[in-house]
Amino acid sequence: MRAYWAILSARFRTLLQYRAAALAGLGTQVFWGFIRIMIFDAFYRSTNAPQPMTFPQVVSYVWLSQAFLRMLPWMPDPDVRMMIRTGNVAYELLRPVDLYRLWYSRALANLTSPTLLRCVPVLVLAALFFGLQAPASLSAAAACVAAMIGAVLLASAVANLLSISLLWTISGEGVAHLMSVAVWLFSGMMIPLPLYPDWAQTVLSLLPFRGLMDTPFRLYTGHVPASQVAALIAHQLVWAVLLIGVGRWLLGRGLRRVVVQGG
Amino acid sequence: MLDGLRLYLRYLGASYRGKMQYRASFVMQSVGQLLTGVMEFVAIWALFARFGTLRDWTLPEVALFYGLITVAFAVTDALARGFDVFPGMVKQGDFDRILLRPRSTTLQLAGLELDVRRVGRLLQGLVVLLWAAHALEVVWSPARLALAVAAITGGACLFYGLFVLQATIAFWTIESLEIINTVTYGGKETGMYPLTIYRRWFRRFFTFVVPLACVNYFPTVAILGRTDPLGSPVVFQWFAPSVGVLFLVVTFQIWKFGVRHYRSTGS
Amino acid sequence: MPVLGESWRLRVSGPFRASLKFSFANVLWVVYTRSPRLSGLRNRERVARREPRVLGTLDFNRYSTRRGTSVQMAQIIVENLRKTFRVAERRAGLWGAIQGLVHRRHREVHALDGVSFALEPGELMGYIGPNGAGKSTTVKVLSGILVPDSGRCEVLGRVPWKERIATVRDLGVVFGQRTQLWWDLPVIESFDLLRAIYRVPESQHAAMREELVAMLDLEPLLDVPVRQLSLGQRMRCDLAAALLHSPPILFLDEPTIGLDAVSKLAVRDFVRKLNRERGVTIILTTHDMDDIEALCDRVIVLHEGQVLSDGTLADLRETITRERWLTVDFAEPVADVVDADAEVLRKDGERVVFRFDPDTVPAATLISRITARYPVHDLFVENPPIEEIVARIYGDARP
Repeated sequence: MRAYWAILSARFRTLLQYRAAALAGLGTQVFWGFIRIMIFDAFYRSTNAPQPMTFPQVVSYVWLSQAFLRMLPWMPDPDVRMMIRTGNVAYELLRPVDLYRLWYSRALANLTSPTLLRCVPVLVLAALFFGLQAPASLSAAAACVAAMIGAVLLASAVANLLSISLLWTISGEGVAHLMSVAVWLFSGMMIPLPLYPDWAQTVLSLLPFRGLMDTPFRLYTGHVPASQVAALIAHQLVWAVLLIGVGRWLLGRGLRRVVVQGG
Repeated sequence: MLDGLRLYLRYLGASYRGKMQYRASFVMQSVGQLLTGVMEFVAIWALFARFGTLRDWTLPEVALFYGLITVAFAVTDALARGFDVFPGMVKQGDFDRILLRPRSTTLQLAGLELDVRRVGRLLQGLVVLLWAAHALEVVWSPARLALAVAAITGGACLFYGLFVLQATIAFWTIESLEIINTVTYGGKETGMYPLTIYRRWFRRFFTFVVPLACVNYFPTVAILGRTDPLGSPVVFQWFAPSVGVLFLVVTFQIWKFGVRHYRSTGS
Repeated sequence: MPVLGESWRLRVSGPFRASLKFSFANVLWVVYTRSPRLSGLRNRERVARREPRVLGTLDFNRYSTRRGTSVQMAQIIVENLRKTFRVAERRAGLWGAIQGLVHRRHREVHALDGVSFALEPGELMGYIGPNGAGKSTTVKVLSGILVPDSGRCEVLGRVPWKERIATVRDLGVVFGQRTQLWWDLPVIESFDLLRAIYRVPESQHAAMREELVAMLDLEPLLDVPVRQLSLGQRMRCDLAAALLHSPPILFLDEPTIGLDAVSKLAVRDFVRKLNRERGVTIILTTHDMDDIEALCDRVIVLHEGQVLSDGTLADLRETITRERWLTVDFAEPVADVVDADAEVLRKDGERVVFRFDPDTVPAATLISRITARYPVHDLFVENPPIEEIVARIYGDARP
């Protein structure tokens, strides 16, 4: 826990150094959110048929996804990638800690510290100028927060899997990329999940990725009633545990590979 | 001029040979690029499946917009890697090595690297383009084809210019590059859809400040043979891609100014 | 939620026409500047860019300055160079970082503070000083990369920063820690690319390449990708690469850093030959005193942007200190080692470092005296390190 906190604090400090980047990054998020909103607006105007999500709900969803973009586990940890490329990953084996837990903490820090920095300004701007609605109710807000915690835990597991897959040098990159694409598509980052075709909804609700973004945001907008939060969080945590287990197993296999090949 | 061009091609050839040494990795990453493109288009397709049309644009028409901008961006992404990695170079002090060679810095950076992985994106864009060409009720005369090629060229020049601009800003501050990044990648996103769906001030920005509309929207409207809802004259639509080339020329001048600044203040 | 406007009419208006005009004017400007009608500096640059260098490939010292004056005139002239940098200050801790978000503080660093010297063709100058003294800044100014705040500078009759391309054509530069070769390509292909970049005629390049390959023993390395070379091999290839276009001036920045003993000797040997036999003017920046001793006639000591000393190495040693250090590893720890003519500098268990003046007591005498009195396991004699020398100079300079 202390290791996690130390990493978090260090990252925070580093991020603050790049103040211009911080400001510019804010501009990027707002810009992207804005484009998306305009596109959705045009789509919604094209038809009068009822849709699975109302336009205001979509607007909130999009802004939330921009605010919490940093929480999306779409990239392997760059430090791990560098370590594997240079062979320094061997040093990690010398550390007297559980390696999976160390990497998991690092992934957790990587996902939470930039998010904490970015989400507040984006949320504020979106709420003031761009149509971000308030949460559907107090219980919805509480449910959303709870689901966020679950989302972060799940996201760290996914991010860790991405990093671990790099231990298989070339094929690992392909797998990581595939997973990355799946994360983008099925988490609700590209378009809100309810807007996908009806025949896809069952599959989407089973996959782990919706727990990353879709679940907390749907709770926020009231698209899903707050009473269902327990089931949804259970879905997140079951998948998280599963992915952690798979990650641990793969890490063991991967490291043995590294050692055997004398990396 | 010609000698410079020859050197440029030599540079690209050297980069290509270097990259081909890692053939397996190259294939894997190209496929990855292709997948990313497919993912993007899946999102667009899903939205059309749900809503039917985008204002009065159909999926094949939007696919044409998408295809043209994707191919243009992939071409630039492959060629402009030198300017893309330039901020890192400045930070490490590697730009000095470029200044120590008796050639223009522009030429050296332009030829620094050929990112062959982008061929995945290029292929994906071409596939979408071909599908759109097939699905649309448009007669593909040589003139229309030439205009499509011109649109791609103009678009590539525009994005190249944005990369150069991004590199130039690195002379002053390493950190606020995200602004230009926003415009570059945001511009690509914007260009995937017809310009008419955006707000007026947004359209104006992407017509006058960053002439994205000139290299994507107007030529496509001309190809489709529709009367432009924005009211531009047909003649203009056919010559619009040249604005992208002009943009590139302007950014090269700004780059030279940036090099001068770097040399007077050091790293 | 704000509503998208209904009016989509794009007025092809003033701003649009203005921006078109601006871009068009820009194209005209570009065409104009590239036309042959320009006079002055740009024209000279243009000529320098086009002309291939044709000269006796292996005979550097036949090259005369650009204006055709005699070879005796100083090749490199530096007069009163000044350069100051503004560096942003980072603040410590989390609160400091948040403060830094709002208000940045700057610090002025005087990299060059009135540096002056002149080099004749064929000189081998050692440029030494602690880190941050301004050595690489000087080299950058001489190469035309950096524009100084004030002062005069001439390299081969040109002002470097005004005619970068022409200046750089006559320079070879080797950085010890970074390679200029293409990482994934075989060495020979890097050489080929450099030939195209420097516009060296094929025959001249081939002859030069063969000569350098022979001198540096590069034959087995030519087809090896640079990333697979050891540091010593890479340094030799970098040296060759820097000389392929037969420059009369060579800047070496830490060329022997990190090299094994054999490679160091090879590099030193090559540099010496280059200077003595081919007459290449060389500026050697290094921390390695042995490099200086092996190679340099002339040594300039730089400290905090100012020249503290300029003369031969012998002069430097003479004026600063004649002393030597004798390090002795005794067979067993000795309580109090005393010698009439030697001062104990450091004591660390069995190892004792003596300081002595070879004029007062020759090294051999001192050694025999100590070994006679105490049981000695091992010993060696060395010069004081460069930092000592510079610190002494600094101590003398500021009373």
